[in-house]
Amino acid sequence: MPHLLSIKNLSTCFDTDDGVVQSVRHINLQLDQGEILALVGESGCGKSVTALSMMRLIPVPPGRFSSGSIEFEGRDLLELSEQDIQNIRGNHIGMIFQEPMTSLNPIFTIGDQVMEVILRHQKVTQAEAQQQALEMLKKVAIASPETRMSQYPHELSGGMKQRVMIAMAIACNPKLLIADEPTTALDVTVQAQILELLDKLRRDTGMAILLITHNLGIVAQYADHVAVMYSGKVVEEGTVESIFENPAHPYTRGLLNSLPKGNVGEPLKTIPGMVPHPTCLPKGCAFHPRCKDAHEPCSEQLPDWFPAPDSIAGHRAACWLYQTSATSSVQA
Amino acid sequence: MTPLLEINSLKKYFPVYAGVFQKVVAQVKAVDGVSFSIGRGEILGLVGESGCGKTTLGRMTLRLIEPTDGEILFEGQDILKLGSGDLKRLRPRMQIIFQDPYGSLNPRFTVQQILGEALLVHGRATRETISDQLDTLMNRVGLSPQYKNRYPHEFSGGQRQRVGIARALALNPEYIVCDEPVSALDVSIQAQIINLLLELKEEFNLTLLFISHDLNVVQHLSDRTAVMYLGRVVELASTKKLNEESAHPYTKALLASKPNLNPKQRTHRAPLAGEVPSPMDPPGGCHFHPRCPEARDHCKTETPRMVQIEDGHFVHCHLYS
Repeated sequence: MPHLLSIKNLSTCFDTDDGVVQSVRHINLQLDQGEILALVGESGCGKSVTALSMMRLIPVPPGRFSSGSIEFEGRDLLELSEQDIQNIRGNHIGMIFQEPMTSLNPIFTIGDQVMEVILRHQKVTQAEAQQQALEMLKKVAIASPETRMSQYPHELSGGMKQRVMIAMAIACNPKLLIADEPTTALDVTVQAQILELLDKLRRDTGMAILLITHNLGIVAQYADHVAVMYSGKVVEEGTVESIFENPAHPYTRGLLNSLPKGNVGEPLKTIPGMVPHPTCLPKGCAFHPRCKDAHEPCSEQLPDWFPAPDSIAGHRAACWLYQTSATSSVQA
Repeated sequence: MTPLLEINSLKKYFPVYAGVFQKVVAQVKAVDGVSFSIGRGEILGLVGESGCGKTTLGRMTLRLIEPTDGEILFEGQDILKLGSGDLKRLRPRMQIIFQDPYGSLNPRFTVQQILGEALLVHGRATRETISDQLDTLMNRVGLSPQYKNRYPHEFSGGQRQRVGIARALALNPEYIVCDEPVSALDVSIQAQIINLLLELKEEFNLTLLFISHDLNVVQHLSDRTAVMYLGRVVELASTKKLNEESAHPYTKALLASKPNLNPKQRTHRAPLAGEVPSPMDPPGGCHFHPRCPEARDHCKTETPRMVQIEDGHFVHCHLYS
């Protein structure tokens, strides 16, 4: 069965005065119906650019897609006309942005903003759209939705605004929801509520979710599959259990080790150094200057994909450590 | 032994103005009667959700915000009674590291100017000695002294936070308020900064008030932890005790909201409904009662008192009084 979404060899770069910034470098991702794929990484690793590329929300120029394709239900999103992509955006693919505070339009009511999505994509009357918008607000568990419809964003709390964002994103029953750091701006007790809501919607509607986050706890709790990004490349991917139990790539291991885990007062394990600047990426594996396992090919050649040692299906890492004479390269 | 810092029923009410004549129409009780003490060499963690008053409280302990009422004793001396001269003499002993490494450094100053300013103002350095002093300081926080003449925008977030830490350390303080020092940083950089703070604390026998909304970070660093909700401390205990035998329903919910790192132990339920109410119009009685799974009738009307349920374990909840 073909995947719902299949990103092949995608590269997104930006032409800037300081040179070409390769934000996303030759990545491959697949997502099936009803699945949550978590895209994990630190700021600047290309997570959000990947999401924006999928929605074709990258401004061209300075941005450009220098290679690859994004196939959604068999169609390459990068090849579509502006008109066609607009029919997919918000309709078949919904997106929740990181900042609920600034992503809503302050001069329109909540009702107007949710209705706009419905009126744009469906042949319905104003009254029907209003009814649907109300249903959506109920679905995302907003209390007294009738009142909320006529309120403005500033009258709502952060968690409420994020619920409205979710209502807008799912108003047309999309098959794929992109959630770009959906809870980063929220308090921890509200974060749990929003994530539960997303998970419930996924179970009820069977939509797939691309969950972009830097919070590894959220990934462990909600994702089915995980892709770890570093400096624009996916460096490891696998099921959530395989990534958390047997992380293979030194970067993934470093990330998991650097989290405080209750061994009070002991120094944390750190990854030395910092993320390289995107205009001057090191040669070979971009992680090699910070990697304690770096050896001879790492500074010269980009690593191929190799199966992770736990040999769980689909768990693989882009790292020369796992090159053995017995395993042949499995580059996709 | 007297604690280094002790605060007693500290309050800060911010007036809310409205109308043509800017009449005071309401009070935001940002901090509403908080008491605790911090021993020398101790790290006290302060956790709570946004708007609960953690930052206001932290800044008040340094008198960067004037309290409405209460006492702040630094080595037994009430700093609210000090005049400006005495306060200035005390200032070098108490410092702060800010949350935002981007906003808290003057973009027009070089690192040398940022770090040197305090040394010169307090007469701890002369133009001749300052260069060596700055080299030592920068080396200590892991910044190469060759970056001395760079501006803040030339550094990454983690490096900027190192500059912020160096600035706080410049005058050899005893007490430092760390206001969300790692919240703006990536995981791998966060660990580096936490380690640096722990090393510095040992080396200089620092006393820290560590403010964060991230329970994992607070639990890793702190000897004791105070949990705040809408301007009040609702629970205070040793970090270990709080983690294992938390008493207040809010603390329990906070701990349960923390996503578990083991994908095989999925909890999948939100422990608390609703959101933090507006501090302008907090619920009566116990502020937490509308969200509390164990709320009784009297929780709505009577404010609970802080009770000690075990040695050093304080809870602000009717369940225990």
